[in-house]
Amino acid sequence: MTTSSPYIGASVKRLEDRRFLTGTGRYIDDVKLPDMAVMAIYRSPHAHARINSIDLAAARAVPGVIDAFCAADIDMDLPVIPLRLAPFDGFERFLQRPIAQDKVRFVGEPVAVVIASDRYIAEDALDLIEVDFAPLPAVTSVDQAASGETLIHEDAGENMGTRYTVGRGDTDDAFSDAPYTRRERFTTNRHGAVPMETRGLIAEFDPDAPLLRLYGATKVNFFNRRHLAAAFDLPEEAVELIETDVGGGFGARGELYPEDYLVPIASRRNGRPVKWIEDRRENLTATNHSRDIVCDLEIATSNDGKILGMRATVQGDMGAYVRTNGGVVASKAAQFLPGPYRVPSFSCDVQFLITNKTPVGTFRGPGRFEANFCRERLLDMVAADLNIDPAELRLRNLMEPAELPYRIGELVPGDVNATFDRGNYPSALNQLLDEVGYADWKDRQGEIIDGRAHGLGIACFIESSAAGPPETARVTVAPDGNIEIRTGASSVGQGTETGLAQICADYLAIDIDRINVLHGSTTLVPTGGGTFHSRNTVMAGNAVRMAAEALRTRSIELAALRWNTDAGGLEYRDGAVHRGDDPGSILSLAELAAFARSRGPDEALAADAAFDNEGKLSYSYGAHAALVAVDVATGVIEVKKYVLTEEIGRALNPAMVQGQAVGGLVQGLGGTFLDHMIYDEDGQLLTGSFADYLLPTSTELPEITAIALEESPSEFNPMGFKGAGEGGIVAVAAAVGNAVVHALNAHGIQINDLPITPNRLRAALRATGT
Amino acid sequence: MKPPKFDYFAPDSIESALTLIAEHGDDARYLAGGQSLVPMMNFRVAAPSALIDLNGIATLRGIKVDKNSRLHIGAMTRTREIEMDSTIASANPLLHAAAPHIAHIQIRNRGTIGGSLAHADPAAEMPGIVLACNAEINSIGPAGPRSIAAGDFFEGIYSTALQDGEMITEIVFPPWPAARCWAFQEISRREGDFAMIGIAAWFDLNETGEISAASLTAIGAGDTPLRLPAAEEILSGQPPGDVLFAEAAQAAVNELDPGSDLHASAEYRREVGGVLVERALKTALQREAPGYTA
Ligand SMILES: Cc1cc2nc3c(=O)[nH]c(=O)nc-3n(C[C@H](O)[C@H](O)[C@H](O)COP(=O)(O)OP(=O)(O)OC[C@H]3O[C@@H](n4cnc5c(N)ncnc54)[C@H](O)[C@@H]3O)c2cc1C
Repeated sequence: MTTSSPYIGASVKRLEDRRFLTGTGRYIDDVKLPDMAVMAIYRSPHAHARINSIDLAAARAVPGVIDAFCAADIDMDLPVIPLRLAPFDGFERFLQRPIAQDKVRFVGEPVAVVIASDRYIAEDALDLIEVDFAPLPAVTSVDQAASGETLIHEDAGENMGTRYTVGRGDTDDAFSDAPYTRRERFTTNRHGAVPMETRGLIAEFDPDAPLLRLYGATKVNFFNRRHLAAAFDLPEEAVELIETDVGGGFGARGELYPEDYLVPIASRRNGRPVKWIEDRRENLTATNHSRDIVCDLEIATSNDGKILGMRATVQGDMGAYVRTNGGVVASKAAQFLPGPYRVPSFSCDVQFLITNKTPVGTFRGPGRFEANFCRERLLDMVAADLNIDPAELRLRNLMEPAELPYRIGELVPGDVNATFDRGNYPSALNQLLDEVGYADWKDRQGEIIDGRAHGLGIACFIESSAAGPPETARVTVAPDGNIEIRTGASSVGQGTETGLAQICADYLAIDIDRINVLHGSTTLVPTGGGTFHSRNTVMAGNAVRMAAEALRTRSIELAALRWNTDAGGLEYRDGAVHRGDDPGSILSLAELAAFARSRGPDEALAADAAFDNEGKLSYSYGAHAALVAVDVATGVIEVKKYVLTEEIGRALNPAMVQGQAVGGLVQGLGGTFLDHMIYDEDGQLLTGSFADYLLPTSTELPEITAIALEESPSEFNPMGFKGAGEGGIVAVAAAVGNAVVHALNAHGIQINDLPITPNRLRAALRATGT
Repeated sequence: MKPPKFDYFAPDSIESALTLIAEHGDDARYLAGGQSLVPMMNFRVAAPSALIDLNGIATLRGIKVDKNSRLHIGAMTRTREIEMDSTIASANPLLHAAAPHIAHIQIRNRGTIGGSLAHADPAAEMPGIVLACNAEINSIGPAGPRSIAAGDFFEGIYSTALQDGEMITEIVFPPWPAARCWAFQEISRREGDFAMIGIAAWFDLNETGEISAASLTAIGAGDTPLRLPAAEEILSGQPPGDVLFAEAAQAAVNELDPGSDLHASAEYRREVGGVLVERALKTALQREAPGYTA
């Protein structure tokens, strides 16, 4: 680049915050179309039941009710919700259709739909729907599912969604000679993304045009458009997915769910726009859950703590159907079990079990949060058994820079090339240890201060980012000099508009205030990849860079035409083209845009680009430390201080990176202490409202130091970015669990299950006579 | 999460509220802060045919101390007012200290003491405090006004001695000796959540330094707030001290018979109830130290 970069790397204030903070954002519920009706859904009250009959007559008779329907009333073949990720063989037997046909398989499954003039009336009508259910036994644990006694999908003949073994090296060999081994069972609690804004959709379906316009879309709009077009037998161009502001995604929002089909069906049946807003009660049963795994993990080491091998069984509780995220959670948990360490042999039996619970999907750091908890807890046990300091044990086993890049092996079926790229894992841990004052704390574990036991726990992590298809961007200069960026990537509130504008402003050497960013909607660009796996800055960021570079070239070409001179003598600088042979002569972007326009209706000062990393992933890595104070008599834990380091290659916007780290960490504290989807043995969700499903709030915040490291820029994109959205969450349970165990080292308890609650902690202490 | 249809009335006097509730029968409900009733309506757990809104009745609000040093709090007084009021800080510091444990500021700005008592959540703070203080709950209903002792008021989970159409008008707290030792302690999952277990404690010392009167109350430990008579009995007549407090805590553990729920087992509640009794008594005694300010 010939210009300086005042924006990239600076904590530019978020462009989108003005509208968010002044209440002028436009979320899905803010969209109101003429003649719009609303939809409400009758959801299964049973975890597992046969549907004998459905009577909608009384619901239809309620004044203000426009329509009511169930599966039998839908005049099309009900499509299956597709597998987008980790589509392992066997899953095709467990896919979901948008509405229950003859069976319900989880509490919250759509059974019937009411369309009315307002939501109050719609809910009155729901109360009058009569369904004759014949309840069946509910399968609520992976063990029960594995037994196969009750089949959830009879045609499949089993409840095992799929099962495979992955590994590298020879674990039998490693374990047979190992001087030390230890095996533990860990469980991570079913919980979910629970974004502040629930899902919502508005469909306008005109079969004659034909046009299906769906508002409320986000995340993977082009993939979703393709599948909706196929489901409704429409050409892809006839389907428009429109993105509004989104109040948080965290992996759960923007996947195809039953409602993405039911709302269009409702609009088509009634010839008018139909809106559905998920209420919180629906949100907690209808939106993907996550994290629900049981992991038996065994480790073999030398006497000095060098890891010789790990073997594991990971059982993922998939819920009742396999939805778009396929086997991501358990497969990624298995893949990331060895973590950033030198683990010469590894094998893992991975099982995906179908149960009568809400289907699972991805949630920020899918599989990583789980894997880190299991491995890092076990490493602390190894350290204690072998009398090695936990940090020292980790430093002995972390891969050194010289060992990277490292091909990790085919730890997810089909993913043969997965390779940890360059980095310096010990450096990230050492900086954490310095920052948290580890040298001081390591001999004070369990110290009682003001009546509470204190402990410091650490954990290391590695995690991948920026997988998936190419991302697109189009940069256009208007004749007034303002610049519009369009991208196929989505914004779920994370600051994408700001980040992309920063890159564009630097590469075009212009003021950032001239830039407007439009994102996500399928009407903006011909195609796009979408937003997941912490990929926007890497993928859309580089697409914008390429488009801006192309726009500079295009500006020079236009200036050459305008001046009727050779492009070779022209230079792009400070937002304008300068003439080498006549230093005073410049053409601004605005002038060039006007000139382009004057040349014909199809001419514009614009450039398109797509960035493709060809599947070469960069891995963010780092370490977490938690200092906790435990009230032994009540089991109440306070996280007093939290420090994390995360290598992200290059920080586009340090304040936003910090926000991602802190936000992730707080969400991780929720998963560690609070968030928990609890089912009873009948498959009823007991935590179906915010009275019982507990999220972390501002009162649960510790003192946080989040340090973004920029020592090891990605080699796979010229700006060096790696994902920065998930490193804050992935090691929280691991670090906190270790800290609590250290605080209570006088009592000899272990933490193998999440969440850590006062009740559970006291039960463990009581068992030791404390 | 939308309520079914209901009628809504906003009377400006107790008399017209009583008339309205009589007219609309059993299914009509009084509306106070709405922080419990409205969520229940949204979940369709409660479906009143009519709401009689008490928010416009000025005579139901206010805080005053009468000439006999008794503290009167109008039923419609917000819990946030109780928390912020300097009269209450001295006229009943226990009540004052318990109020901030209720939910969050936004909810305390709406929720009322009368609503909390009528709602009678067994883990709620206000019911525990009125019971701890032997307060009286004044009400008026179709049968006229009456005064109900806190000990007779709470009958079960969400269930009270109030008859159909009967309205709480004010809560009257007995005088609070300036030298009284007191403390309030609770454990909840997050700040602002209902208590898994909570203890309100106070005792008075006579001239010779013995405990002349004691009150121990548990919330979140049963179907109603509960006094702990066996533990109170241990304290009575004895000089305060760590050994005595530990004995009282053990007595509390023995007499507590709580239930289990998602957040805490019966064992947890019983055991931690004892811990809180001991801590509350110690804290209470420390308050006696000269120069202590709450
Ligand atoms: C998120 C959240 C957290 C909360 N946490 C806590 C907590 O930690 N501790 C706690 O104690 N509470 C908590 N609450 C409840 C809150 O304190 C309620 O406000 C209170 O329990 C009810 O008071 P209200 O004025 O809102 O009553 P309303 O909800 O208006 O009414 C409750 C019931 O009382 C009846 N009623 C109201 N006033 C009278 C009257 N004067 N005479 C007769 N009947 C009457 C109503 O008809 C209704 O049946 C929480 C609430 C929320 C939403």
